[in-house]
Amino acid sequence: MAGKIITISSGKGGVGKTTATANLGLSLAMLGKRVTCIDADIGLRNLDVMLGLENRIVYDIINFIEGRCRFRQALVRDKRFPELFMMAAAQTRGKNSITVEDMTRVAREAAEISDYVLIDSPAGIEHGFRYAVAPADLVLIVTNPEVTAVRDADRVIGLLEAEELAPAQLILNRFKPELVRRNEMLDPDTVIDLLAIDLIGIVPEDSMVFVAGNQGRPVALDEHSRAGKAFRNIGRRLTGEDVPFEALRKQTFIQRLFGSR
Amino acid sequence: MEETPITLKGTADGILLKPRSYVWATVLEALERALKEAEAFFRGSRLIMELDNRELTQDQLTSLRALLMQYDIELWAVLSENETTVRLVRSNGVLTRLPKDSEAKKSPVDVLPAEQQALFLQQTLRSGQSIHYAGNVTLIGDVNPGAEIVAGGNIIVWGTLRGVAHAGAFGDEETAICALDLQPSQIRIAGYIGRPPDTRRGSAEPEIARIEGGQIVAEVWGRRG
Repeated sequence: MAGKIITISSGKGGVGKTTATANLGLSLAMLGKRVTCIDADIGLRNLDVMLGLENRIVYDIINFIEGRCRFRQALVRDKRFPELFMMAAAQTRGKNSITVEDMTRVAREAAEISDYVLIDSPAGIEHGFRYAVAPADLVLIVTNPEVTAVRDADRVIGLLEAEELAPAQLILNRFKPELVRRNEMLDPDTVIDLLAIDLIGIVPEDSMVFVAGNQGRPVALDEHSRAGKAFRNIGRRLTGEDVPFEALRKQTFIQRLFGSR
Repeated sequence: MEETPITLKGTADGILLKPRSYVWATVLEALERALKEAEAFFRGSRLIMELDNRELTQDQLTSLRALLMQYDIELWAVLSENETTVRLVRSNGVLTRLPKDSEAKKSPVDVLPAEQQALFLQQTLRSGQSIHYAGNVTLIGDVNPGAEIVAGGNIIVWGTLRGVAHAGAFGDEETAICALDLQPSQIRIAGYIGRPPDTRRGSAEPEIARIEGGQIVAEVWGRRG
């Protein structure tokens, strides 16, 4: 049976799409799943660096699309999990080198050999976004508790709804409980209420995320990181497990989340 | 000429234009008159042209687009049964069929004048989405920041209005905007523009906004004199 294709998107740049893709890929691999992560941000390749696989790339997605290599050759095997693969974006080409059909073909082929295919979408709502979401069975919208990020997430959800593409779920990233307590940041209730889609996880701000990203060792691998734990929980929720939400704030919010179940 | 040269009608998909006259210059003149009359309503909307079996030329299409551009209107679709016209329109990157589920296919209620018709929607109106309708608009759901409703008549939002709403876009100052929670980025009624106070009051209450004494005034529903 073909695996599930999940695209990670956001509209706005810099909210943590690639971080989420790398961490969810590892989280699912830690659960024993076969995972392929595809970097769809052609021209601005990042996912390989975050996963610490940069120096192992031989072929990239464009090489495969143009028939210069076989599918398996374009996959880089993870150094920690033998069932985790990554397909790199081309660094020297632009987004127009890929069509919706190309990306759909790549994603379907990856789904044949994986339980989960994660596509790291480029920022924006133009062509790159469109080919990244086209093959998706599910779109994870990453946003930060900031007005601009939420506005862009709303726009993306609207586009997915209007074109009757895949259902969307929300990851609220870089959440800072202290700032919400001081009323200096949008609180999760407000964001969820506005975007009106299902929440799959809240990831707290964690300085280890940056260190880990720079070292090619995502926080999901770190037992002690709160962000890592949040990503691992999202991974488990993706597999259908019912994982309670971490108490990030006062009890009432947690109760509200579960009141509807 | 016995007949009006064009008919123009607001639908949920956009403005529907049906040229009646076969003299293109007459069609364009009539369209420009209509657009000028209600510029605020048409600005930023999109237009669907429904043709009979006539053949459209590239010059005609170009001149239509040039006129629409002046009013910031997108030529979204041209519906025609003429094959030459369909090919020409497609080569210009304009739709020749409306997407499925589109509202314009359902025949609009012709018996009522446009401003008395009503559009009923049940959805979240998200950033970047806009509704232009000649009559009244009722929405069950929220209007998010960055979304807009422009109506010839009244606007009722059974939800939170955080985006932009413009009632009475043809100039009717008797229209109103109501919402369960009225916290728009801006509201307009006819030619008036209102902005909510920068500091929010406490809890959300249903409010109705109207023109009173030369400005837009919002009042909590049920607390009127």
